[in-house]
Amino acid sequence: MDNIQFLIYLLIMAGSTYLIRAVPFAAVKKKINNTFIRSFLYYIPYTVLTAMTFPAALYATNSMISAAIGLAVAIGIAIWKKDLTIVAVAACVTVFVSEYVIGLL
Amino acid sequence: MKIKNSFLRGLKSGIPIGLGYLSVSFTFGIMAISLGFEWWQAVLISMTTVTSAGQLSGITIMVNPGQYIEMLISQLTINIRYSFMAVSLSQKADSKFKGIFRWLLGFFITDEIFAVAINEENVTRSFFSGLAVIPYLGWTLGTLAGALLGNILPDSVMSALCIAIYGMFVAIIAPKATKEKPLLAVVAVALVLSCMFYYLPVLKDISSGISVSVCAVAAAIVGALIFPKKEEA
Repeated sequence: MDNIQFLIYLLIMAGSTYLIRAVPFAAVKKKINNTFIRSFLYYIPYTVLTAMTFPAALYATNSMISAAIGLAVAIGIAIWKKDLTIVAVAACVTVFVSEYVIGLL
Repeated sequence: MKIKNSFLRGLKSGIPIGLGYLSVSFTFGIMAISLGFEWWQAVLISMTTVTSAGQLSGITIMVNPGQYIEMLISQLTINIRYSFMAVSLSQKADSKFKGIFRWLLGFFITDEIFAVAINEENVTRSFFSGLAVIPYLGWTLGTLAGALLGNILPDSVMSALCIAIYGMFVAIIAPKATKEKPLLAVVAVALVLSCMFYYLPVLKDISSGISVSVCAVAAAIVGALIFPKKEEA
């Protein structure tokens, strides 16, 4: 691919992604008082993350079983400990170990 | 002192995100090379765009010549969630976090940075800048490593790393959803909708970027209608 075309594509991709973040962030200066909009904004991050995780996470690893076990462990530790790093590392280790065990069976 | 502490606290909060990003951007680097991109192109894409789903769909469009409109449409639909997050974050930004700072730091609104920032009582400039540093480094270096090293890691390690980002998502959702019953219900709606878009005929042909936005918006609307949040939400 020639560099000019790469740069045009990059400009469209990076430019639109930047504007979609920065314009609403800079434009909304006042507190929103509308209960519906406030509630919507409260729920949206959690629904986005949920929709991105399920069911896609089940297909992220080499086996659906290891992914399911990894997710279950992640949920358990998240409720118990809350720390993001510990949960992420525990999920990885769980997947690694369960795939090893599955390989032995 | 207060500013420095808040920056350092942000820096520390960014460590798990940065670690998660290392593994995700590593796979992005590998994919970009396999599609025929140079290593510096992959790194440049990551440094200027900083978004997983958008970049993945972006590079698959880039390999075809002249599909500029397709590129724009795909980026807008996949990334529209950032607009909702930006508005949500604007409600928590403190009084000094305005003007040029919003234009500069708005660049770093990603799913994970947002999710951590929104858990703050008030989001200050210093905390948010600190929070952005390590994820940005992780995203850039992970892409570089993936592009240069390729498939040097054993498959079993790659597979395990792929769950990291989802573990992080779960760590953000689960503690709060188990405490708040309405949130749990709303999250359940999002989960069911998302599975429908994944498995049901016709619906499953819709690109994942669009279906994530549709499921998330629909579930949040259901939540806002049935369980409106009172003041101080």
